[in-house]
Amino acid sequence: MAETDFDIKYVANLARIALTPDEEAKLGAQLGDILGYIKQLEELDVTDVEPMAHAVPLANVLRADEVRPSIPQEAALANAPKQTNGLFIVPKIVE
Amino acid sequence: MEYETVIGLETHVQLKTKSKMFCGCVNQFGSEPNTNVCPVCLGMPGVLPVPNERAMQLTALAGYLLNCEVPGFAKFDRKNYFYPDASKDYQITQFDFPSTTTGHVDFEFGGGIERVRITRAHIEEDVGKSSHFAQHSGVDFNRAGVPLLEIVSEPDLRSADMAYEYLNALKEILIYGGISDCDMEKGMVRCDVNISVRPRGAEELGVKVEIKNMNTFSGMRRAINYEVPRQIETLERGGTLVQETRRWDDIAGITESMRTKEQAHDYRYFPEPDIMPLKPSESWLSEVRSHIVELPLARKQRFVLDYGIPAQDADVFVGNVPLGGFFEQAVSGAKNAKAIANWVINNLQARIVETGTTVDELKFEPAAIRELVGIIDAGTISNKGGQEVFSELFENGGAPEEIVEAKGLAQVSDSVELDTWCQAAIDANPGPANDVRNGKDNAINFLKGQVMKASRGKANPQVVGETLAKLLKS
Amino acid sequence: MLHELTLSGLTSKLASKEVSSRDAMQACLDRIAAVDGQVNAFMSIDRDDALSQADAADAALAKGNTHIAQPLLGVPISLKDLFCAKGQPANCSSKILGDFHSPYDGTAVRKLRDAGAVLFGRVNMDEFAMGSSTENSAFGRSNNPWDLERVPGGSSGGCAASVAAQECFGSIGTDTGGSIRQPAALCGCVGLKPTYGRVSRYGVVAFASSLDQVGPLTKDVRDSATLLGAMSGHDPHDSTSVPTDVPDYVAELGGDLKGIKLGLPREFLIDGIDPEVRAAFDAAVKQCEALGAEIHEVSMPHTEYGVATYYIVATAEASANLARFDGIRYGDRVDGDDPFSLYCNTRGRGFGEEVKRRIILGTYVLSSGYYDAYYLRAQKARTLIKRDFEQAFETVDALITPTVPSPAFKAGEKMDDPLQMYLSDIFTISCNLAGTCGISLPCGFSNEPKLPIGLQFLGKPFGESQLLQIAHAYEQATPWHTERASL
Repeated sequence: MAETDFDIKYVANLARIALTPDEEAKLGAQLGDILGYIKQLEELDVTDVEPMAHAVPLANVLRADEVRPSIPQEAALANAPKQTNGLFIVPKIVE
Repeated sequence: MEYETVIGLETHVQLKTKSKMFCGCVNQFGSEPNTNVCPVCLGMPGVLPVPNERAMQLTALAGYLLNCEVPGFAKFDRKNYFYPDASKDYQITQFDFPSTTTGHVDFEFGGGIERVRITRAHIEEDVGKSSHFAQHSGVDFNRAGVPLLEIVSEPDLRSADMAYEYLNALKEILIYGGISDCDMEKGMVRCDVNISVRPRGAEELGVKVEIKNMNTFSGMRRAINYEVPRQIETLERGGTLVQETRRWDDIAGITESMRTKEQAHDYRYFPEPDIMPLKPSESWLSEVRSHIVELPLARKQRFVLDYGIPAQDADVFVGNVPLGGFFEQAVSGAKNAKAIANWVINNLQARIVETGTTVDELKFEPAAIRELVGIIDAGTISNKGGQEVFSELFENGGAPEEIVEAKGLAQVSDSVELDTWCQAAIDANPGPANDVRNGKDNAINFLKGQVMKASRGKANPQVVGETLAKLLKS
Repeated sequence: MLHELTLSGLTSKLASKEVSSRDAMQACLDRIAAVDGQVNAFMSIDRDDALSQADAADAALAKGNTHIAQPLLGVPISLKDLFCAKGQPANCSSKILGDFHSPYDGTAVRKLRDAGAVLFGRVNMDEFAMGSSTENSAFGRSNNPWDLERVPGGSSGGCAASVAAQECFGSIGTDTGGSIRQPAALCGCVGLKPTYGRVSRYGVVAFASSLDQVGPLTKDVRDSATLLGAMSGHDPHDSTSVPTDVPDYVAELGGDLKGIKLGLPREFLIDGIDPEVRAAFDAAVKQCEALGAEIHEVSMPHTEYGVATYYIVATAEASANLARFDGIRYGDRVDGDDPFSLYCNTRGRGFGEEVKRRIILGTYVLSSGYYDAYYLRAQKARTLIKRDFEQAFETVDALITPTVPSPAFKAGEKMDDPLQMYLSDIFTISCNLAGTCGISLPCGFSNEPKLPIGLQFLGKPFGESQLLQIAHAYEQATPWHTERASL
């Protein structure tokens, strides 16, 4: 757990969050402290311990393949910042 | 230096379910944009996914058809990436514990049978569809959340044509199993192609290039046929290849770089906390297994072997399963399978296509074709009479022998009547008769024609020939 | 005064037609007008809608509908600002949602409506439930009714403040690492975090999916039992909701603590607990003993790893859960030349500092090369923490602990030291990691200033009924729950 190579620019970019230089400095330092604290998990012997992803041990929770009503187009787009002709409008996708 | 091409495919296939993977919206192509959507597939705040059981059954069934293992534990994961067509900005997929693993597909290629190993086939959700305009793009989420099976092959393919045939075989298997309609026009099958080249005989794989999102098989073949020489030429020029993702430009007929390994996504997979793991029970799996169907290649081999029909005929029955089923019922207990196959393919199939009906809707039983071939072979009716019987069967149903009777189609093989007609023909045509006597065997056909005419087609042509020969030699 | 009634006090008066739901609703609105300028619990109130819901409840009462069929009939309840109700905003105290209005009803909201509740106002919280003070709200913090200079706790701080200020008869919050219990403790009310899977999460804006749970904040234990009963039950829209019967929590209240075994986790009684909190807690333990409980010291050896484990698991899940706030389908958008810059701009402006901090931390612990060291290790540590609970519950019925190490702190005190803020969750966090249930209720006050102190009981999975019985027995034997903040 080498938190020293924590690169706030890279991670903020992955998370798609623009940070000001001040925020970068402040959050970077705070996250350094937090990662330093989190490092204590290294002490823990987790040999042969199963990872836990869910708080309750359910399995095979499925729904029947039944069609249920969709919502009207108008409702789907009601909150859209920008929409035209039934589509959500975004800046041109290049890829 | 000689190079070897190494190709692996990741094929995405939309599953044939009524509703989407995680919500009740209809799984349907071609609707008005953003009408088959709900808060769940739009990724609204607070919504939760609940997996579609049918999709899980189809996934397991596909696994069995691809000779995969279906493990006792599988789970869903989130694949994180921001993209306008991903409504949650992560895709629910299966990462380290997929629903099926390690199988293979056998298919015909280059005159033999090839085997491509399948790494895994896992379930995930489709994304929305973007359209691009001059200044901006627009997103329709109707497709978002449609269940998608991703079938990952090992790098066992060696050429564009082989990849093409593999895809066709895969498609046929999935259609057979009712897994997917594989309608290319509706974008139900898309694939990513991993291509590398290496000096022939080398163990190590070359630098891998991925071509994303091919939506036609022929486009994929062209893309490989462009990409392989590009890679070889680069190497031969002394250049180096970089691991990258490329895009196929179908109009220009070239591939272009999209991003290199360094710019690759960091997907940050982790277990989907909103969905519980899958532990398929034996009874659930055995229900799935009860839907296993015979695979196309096995069917073809069986038809050729068991019925002794030509491979091309077997191909027809592989391509058209109901017709093949009809044939199998017709041929049961029959002597002349080839003739039955001919009738089913040449006559029945043609009429079905022509009239737009289906095998299920036919007015007669498969046994009628067996009977029909039987009476033709017995000489009771001519081939031409057979056509008439068949037309009647197709249009109104009934039993062939009764139709023959009702229409007076039976051939005359009775020697007294035939003798009379034949003698009359000989007497009326002394020239051709003498020609036959003088060894010009072909002249007998003229006499035969006269007899058939006189009998209004009812004389059995084989018996006519024999009778004429007998009378002329005596 | 009407607003001073408990929820059960109100329903008996509604049932006897002594008061109407409209009277009750109007009393809340008047109280809010009088004190919310100081408390700042409410984000938005739809007055007309509130009164028409109340009128509908009165009509139902007049028609003969009873509180047996609809236990919340006519009762004004406030909602944390992250519940989706059709046509209503759900801002999560964030700027990024802009003027989003939910196109659908969540399950808890629907169940509360079915039970007759008048869902009338949306209360403040830490942005996206990330925080312990409501100071992370983009719309200004709420204030602790006992001392307006101090925080009400968080993230369900608006819920706790609205109950403590008697602006509603109960409030619905969520608890991911203590977000119901901690503000309940700091504001002197009762807060219940049910077992994971007890109440549906459908329609609750997610912070950390494997930890979040919906629960009530109320003036007393009985009221929490009533609200829990109304909201609980299996939901086919939530795969993690557990198909277990819902007991009649209210009917099962009563009795004493005879024969009840309470576990005192050695590792919880750390240095750093405020002396007044420690004294109140020790007295509460004695009180339970006096009521017939057996006290057993138990060991929960992985307690000290709880905070680290939590901040890995919760932030990782949050980093994905909050990805959808991207300015494309809803919410505030800050444009860009391409989708990439649109995302960065929108999220850079829309999220507050704590949310950014946690998303970045969560992104990091999942990123290539760090997954095993952080996320996978935390998932394994979580297993060990859960085992601590399982082992403890082999010998005891419930655990007894302080809810928070110290009473409400002053606003601004911990804002620049997020790690210190995180560490104050130490007693509440492990319950969420283990997925079990917990309740906080008042057990005394500090002197100068007079601030509430919270006592926490942690129960077995789906053991809410027994947990409520224990809390109720303690509550009924002590005067703390009758004390109100003077505003």
